Amino acid sequence: MIDVADLSVTLSDKPILENYSLSVGQGDVLAILGANGVGKTTLLNCIVGLARPSSGSATSRGRIGYVPQLFHSTFAFSVLDIVLMGRARHVGLFGSPRRLDYEIAQKYLDQMKVGHLRDRPFNELSGGQRQLVMIAQALSSECEILILDEPCSALDYKNQSIVIDTLRALNDSMGLTIVFSTHAPQHGLEVASHVLLMKDRRRYDHGCVDDVLTAGNLSSLYDVAIAKAAFADGGKFTFAPYFER
Amino acid sequence: MTHATIAVLSGTRLRTWAIVALLSVVLVVFATYSITLGRYDIAVVDVWRIVWDNVVPAEAPTWTPVQADVVEVIRLPRILAALLIGAGLAISGAALQGLFRNPLVDPINIGVTAGAGFGGTLAILMVGGGYPVLAAAFACGIGSLLVVRGLASVKGRTSTLTLVLAGVIVTAFFESAISIVKLLADPHQKLPAITYWLMGSIAATNYSDLVLIAVAIVPPSIVIFLLRYQINILSLGEDKARALGSPIEIVQWTIFAAVSFISAGVVATSGIIGWVGLVIPHVARTLVGPDHGRLLPVSALLGAIYLLLVDDIARTATVAELPIGIITSLIGVPVFAIILRRTQSRSGWTHD
Repeated sequence: MIDVADLSVTLSDKPILENYSLSVGQGDVLAILGANGVGKTTLLNCIVGLARPSSGSATSRGRIGYVPQLFHSTFAFSVLDIVLMGRARHVGLFGSPRRLDYEIAQKYLDQMKVGHLRDRPFNELSGGQRQLVMIAQALSSECEILILDEPCSALDYKNQSIVIDTLRALNDSMGLTIVFSTHAPQHGLEVASHVLLMKDRRRYDHGCVDDVLTAGNLSSLYDVAIAKAAFADGGKFTFAPYFER
Repeated sequence: MTHATIAVLSGTRLRTWAIVALLSVVLVVFATYSITLGRYDIAVVDVWRIVWDNVVPAEAPTWTPVQADVVEVIRLPRILAALLIGAGLAISGAALQGLFRNPLVDPINIGVTAGAGFGGTLAILMVGGGYPVLAAAFACGIGSLLVVRGLASVKGRTSTLTLVLAGVIVTAFFESAISIVKLLADPHQKLPAITYWLMGSIAATNYSDLVLIAVAIVPPSIVIFLLRYQINILSLGEDKARALGSPIEIVQWTIFAAVSFISAGVVATSGIIGWVGLVIPHVARTLVGPDHGRLLPVSALLGAIYLLLVDDIARTATVAELPIGIITSLIGVPVFAIILRRTQSRSGWTHD
């Protein structure tokens, strides 16, 4: 669904990415991990079409729904207004949403379990609720690919689990292709099929979760010793850093 | 869709329609009453009879020909001008605020009015009044909008601080330019005309002015209203709008052109009337919320009523007539200061 080929990006004469190549298949869930400022957002912006490659290409087959980092609206739009804006591609230049658009917006608000918040001002919602509304907005565009920039940053554990569970459910039930960036390897373990570890602007690891998301790779990615740790009940495992004293 | 959804949707719609209906009634009542105001007394009933006489001529007029002239030649065009200008300026302000994602924007504080004022002044000096003034005011107005946009956007983001400062820069430049044109003007004939015109007045509006005002304000206002949903989307931010698939360049250019045309029409006929576009959308937003489908029509009605009231004050408060632009500034600037304090205490200077 997404092909990134020899992608290089330069922003204000500063090279951000050099020769990145990867592809995302239909129904895949790709988690992107990397240090702050390594270019995760730039890579996502190229895929979405908000940033222009200086060479190479990032192409996608299928409509993209994009959820930016924690979103704030200048004006006090209601939740329903925000989700209706997801219908931009279906409403003409001089048009406005019709009954069908309202129905679709309501359907995805209900699916995200935030239908009851429809008339509330968007800015007054909690971070987790806002992410769910933004996902409902992306789904209202009837996208086939969902791209999320750090959907769980600034969220508490409860809200993180709601967002991650939602992504898993969307992938399971609708076969949606999902790409998201995150700082928590656990999110990759929970929901991703593939992982991209961005070490710097040239070096990266890309592959299946089991092959790439390892303690060794994460240690070199973050330059901190990271170990694999099993949960006490033995069912799952996670990664934990040793912070030096 | 569930029944509850339909009920709530029609509830919002019902409320908006109720507000629109109420404001329309207020507008007609005020407009009629305004025609009776002035040194020459005319009863409300006679106003209606004189106007109705144009549709169905009365057999035995209950009014004098002088009264008919006062209503039809002097007061009616002026009042229609106030309504159109108030509506146009309020719509311009609401659209620009959506586009710049900033409730502090008005054509006057981002330099459009000063630009149009310079174009108009130059045209008056060189060729006289009418449509050349409109054309020159439009060209300079849209030029200043583009300069402000270029100055205010740093890496695609526009903060209140850069926007207001860019407006200050462009306004200062064009005011100096206007001063130079004034220096060149004939001090006995053109200079007083330019000076009084720049203060903003609709006192001398006749029907040919009214046609020019309508041409400059009505079509662009309709275009802005048609773009209501796109303005909603753009008010989320350019990147977000682009990601949603909105044709943002087309929308931005169309709105810029429409707003410049409205400003040029106002400036060409009535001089500099500022701050209406700041005050009115703010009030309208508290009534119907930020959705431009509701905000734009309610702003238009409120703007029309507001400018009508201001014009009534302008012509009745003192023996000599006050320039309308001075009164809108006296009201608008403190409102600007209050909204500025409120938004900045909430989000800080540099907040997008």
